[in-house]
Amino acid sequence: MRVNFTVNGRPQEADDVWEGESLLYVLRERLGLPGSKNACEQGECGSCTVRLDGVPVCSCLVAAGQVEGREVVTVEGLAEYARQRAEGGCATGACGTSLQNAQQWEAKGTDSQTGEGTELSPIQQAFIDAGAVQCGFCTPGLLVAADEMLERNPNPTDADIREALSGNLCRCTGYEKIMDAVRLAAARQGEAV
Amino acid sequence: MDFLRPASWEEALAAKAEHPTAVPIAGGTDVMVEINFDHRRPEYLMDLNRIGDLSEWEVGEESVRLGASVPYTRIMENLRAELPGLALASHTVASPQIRNRGGVGGNLGTASPAGDAHPALLAAGAEVEVASVRGSRRIPIDDFYTGVKRNALEPDELIRAVHVKKADGPQQFSKVGTRNAMVIAVCAFGLALHPRTRTVRTGIGSAAPTPIRAKAAEEFLNAALEEGGFWENGKIITPSVAKQFADLCSAACNPIDDVRGTASYRRHAVGVMARRTLTWTWESYRGARRVTEGAA
Repeated sequence: MRVNFTVNGRPQEADDVWEGESLLYVLRERLGLPGSKNACEQGECGSCTVRLDGVPVCSCLVAAGQVEGREVVTVEGLAEYARQRAEGGCATGACGTSLQNAQQWEAKGTDSQTGEGTELSPIQQAFIDAGAVQCGFCTPGLLVAADEMLERNPNPTDADIREALSGNLCRCTGYEKIMDAVRLAAARQGEAV
Repeated sequence: MDFLRPASWEEALAAKAEHPTAVPIAGGTDVMVEINFDHRRPEYLMDLNRIGDLSEWEVGEESVRLGASVPYTRIMENLRAELPGLALASHTVASPQIRNRGGVGGNLGTASPAGDAHPALLAAGAEVEVASVRGSRRIPIDDFYTGVKRNALEPDELIRAVHVKKADGPQQFSKVGTRNAMVIAVCAFGLALHPRTRTVRTGIGSAAPTPIRAKAAEEFLNAALEEGGFWENGKIITPSVAKQFADLCSAACNPIDDVRGTASYRRHAVGVMARRTLTWTWESYRGARRVTEGAA
């Protein structure tokens, strides 16, 4: 079947989708967006977290057909999504991240250590600055989940952060640095206001 | 596999009548796991997300009509006062991502003995509203669970809503697991005080082939509370009464050994949770009584 939906602010269509296929599979294998990671396929690990109509969900547990006509934001579109949010919406009417840009998205820029020169969302920059990335596999899911929490709750307590990220596993066990990163992003967000 | 996308409840019932093997999918947090792991290859998958009314709830005089697909997150945020036991249970479901998708309808449809909503529904008192093209009916929660992952639904029926009695007293929910998130209950316990009828109801999860009530324990406690005038005098429940209640709750279990825990551990833990939830709810009942009397 064919599925039409919005990915990172741009309309996309996926063809030859099998009816039992997950949204995660469509994103990775049909649209070429491997940012959302495939690990447990049972909602235990949170590596595949995306936003579906604004709500964080495990994309491995959403049937492809269920996203018809709906809006998905993946980690590849997070920087642009955060920029639009900071600017209070899309002024030009041509926002979002094109499929090509999303497919080629890298947190690299001119300085591969600091990510400088690339447009990153504040949460992505905070993860780099706090050293919250080890093997990196859980990072996309954590970024999407953490970004959504900070949008909802700009001044989270440690308990709030732990709860919001309780569905994301880091098998490197780098949780302390991840906590640091989210605290850092929250503090920076507070300064900016 | 065919993907059915009914736009209305009537269309969904018609589709289910035509294809009784169709598997309804809403939050997908159970169904997609089975499909991802190739444990299930349904002929038809029927998406219920397009039926808006399934994600709505209505607070009535006596009960809350909770749409089958209302996500756990909404229950936690909006129904804590009316359905405190279910709100607590909802908060223990998996993770935020799962709570954003899953709802009570799925818990009932799957009817796993470990489903987190069941003990709360049993303790509060509830009816499941199911329907088919033949009409709709309400199944009392006590008659709903018929076996391990079996429920009282006919092949052409779908779960539309659950009518849960509004709390008329304190309610508690307790669950044993290895951490605070992403845990399938080793066992769970729900307890509700119903001061209006002077009764106590219980719900036990994951310690028998189906979710069950500890009826002998309820009867014992109801009689003991009545006899001692506890509902009026608001005294602390005697330790011997609490212990007997806990022992009877343990005795109501019919658990198995499995990867999550042994049968004897489950029996023991249910007793501990029964005693604790009784203490918590009774303390809160006494506290509320004092406030009322103080004001009067």
